[in-house]
Amino acid sequence: MEDKTIDKAELKSAPETPAGPGGERLFVTSSPHFLNKESVPKIMHTVVLALFPAMAASVYFFGLRALLLYVICIGACLATEYAFQKYRKKPIKIYDGSAIITGILLAMTLPPGFPVFGAILGSVFAIGVGKQLFGGLGFNIFNPALLGRAFLMATYPVLTTTWVEPRTVQKAVDAVSAATPLALMKFEGKLTPVLDLFTGNVAGSLGETSAIAILIGGLFLRYKGYVNWKLPLGYLGSMAVFSGIFWLIDPSKYPDPLFHLFAGGAMLGAWFMVTDMVTSPTTDLGQWIFAITGGIMAVVIRLFGGLPEGVMYSILFMNAFVPLLNKHTRPRVFGAVKAKAE
Amino acid sequence: MAENNHTLWYEFKKGLWQDIPPFRLVLGTCPTLAVTNSVINGFAMGMATLFVLLGSNIIISAIRKYVAPQVRIAAYVVIIALLVTVADMFLAAFFPPVSKALGPYVPLIVVNCIILGRAEAYAQKNPVLPSIMDALGIGIGFTLSLMTMGLIREILGFGSIFNIKLLPPSLFEPWIVMILPAGAFLVFGALIALVNYLSSRKAAEADKA
Repeated sequence: MEDKTIDKAELKSAPETPAGPGGERLFVTSSPHFLNKESVPKIMHTVVLALFPAMAASVYFFGLRALLLYVICIGACLATEYAFQKYRKKPIKIYDGSAIITGILLAMTLPPGFPVFGAILGSVFAIGVGKQLFGGLGFNIFNPALLGRAFLMATYPVLTTTWVEPRTVQKAVDAVSAATPLALMKFEGKLTPVLDLFTGNVAGSLGETSAIAILIGGLFLRYKGYVNWKLPLGYLGSMAVFSGIFWLIDPSKYPDPLFHLFAGGAMLGAWFMVTDMVTSPTTDLGQWIFAITGGIMAVVIRLFGGLPEGVMYSILFMNAFVPLLNKHTRPRVFGAVKAKAE
Repeated sequence: MAENNHTLWYEFKKGLWQDIPPFRLVLGTCPTLAVTNSVINGFAMGMATLFVLLGSNIIISAIRKYVAPQVRIAAYVVIIALLVTVADMFLAAFFPPVSKALGPYVPLIVVNCIILGRAEAYAQKNPVLPSIMDALGIGIGFTLSLMTMGLIREILGFGSIFNIKLLPPSLFEPWIVMILPAGAFLVFGALIALVNYLSSRKAAEADKA
């Protein structure tokens, strides 16, 4: 998340760059050259703040177990980041907040009853393979948290899909395993009331239950200007339109668009994962293509794929296309003449 | 073709590290990824390949002066296919479970680029004895690579070594991903990185000395 800002730490270290052959100390950075008050830590900490409502909602619905998962994931992510940076003799930047966000987002994709060792494994994979192996913050192709979740899904297919009812609807004292609204829709054809989806009174991963809490955080980020409005709008909009087409064709078979928007990880993905500054395109056209195709993919996987939820794979899939999109949607430089085809 | 002056020992040991097939030459990756979900499968695959490689290197080296260059590839493929058929039938007759586990990958040794690669790059230019050492080195290097892959994937994916459970299931939850193709790619990538790292460190030490 650093493409439009310049890291303060890097600025400070600038005069220490080794002098050139003639003794000159040139400080070369890539564009943009304007300086502002934004910095990586500031943006990251604002995002953490924006995630608080969703975290609070999940702790309310799933109890201290949810809090434990957050602590474990954040701790493991920070430790992995520290270990990699220490080993590669890079400046230790674990306080910039990016690993904290990865930890929170990874925890949000996990079911409340997920075992601790699995959470640690996922965090190590997310930061180690998903981010540091690519070169650290700003170089990763895929969203690290989603990559960690995808790895866990392949590693522990049963544990990652064992859900419990939230505390608020449990009748028994022990946690009862339950199906998510999307699984209910897919495998049993049952719809969950939209109001429950909106408030989060359903079974599911920590961060995918309460749509309203995510929405508050997302709109807060939008207000602060850290979220590009095209990405969540394009993603959710294309999900709504595409699922709406099927709903209009056969309302008895396909759920309505509101269900798709509020169930599962659509809100979390659209506001906090599609908008990841590192793994989304930089051009306007590229962002529209990225978000809209991603939304269609998610609906296709949900309606016709083998899995009940498609948000994760849709975003990871589109992440892979980001370099291509950036390359081919580059706007024409003002005044430039289009080169003749050879 | 000029025959090189390396010792026989060098011809043998280069296959074990310097030219170790999947990790340095990145040849023969298909069986490396496909049949290494256990140590035994890796070993069987490696041995079958070693047998075919040894036989093809000997025959091709022996006939190298009598085959017209225009038809050499066709001749090699016939020789290799003969040996692969022998290996396939041998496994099916004496080790049916292994043969079943390896599936189509034993017949696929015909198109394994290690075999044709050694024939083309080495056996057709060198006498029989160095070709034998070359085949043994590369074949054993390949077998060890497959067994290493199999060891890692079997421990993590099944929680066992040689089909013997290491830990009770209550203590270790197997990583399903390691049995799947994705796990093969992850382990393969990690091992290539490790081999490259060790070689670069070795090279750096050699530079210093």
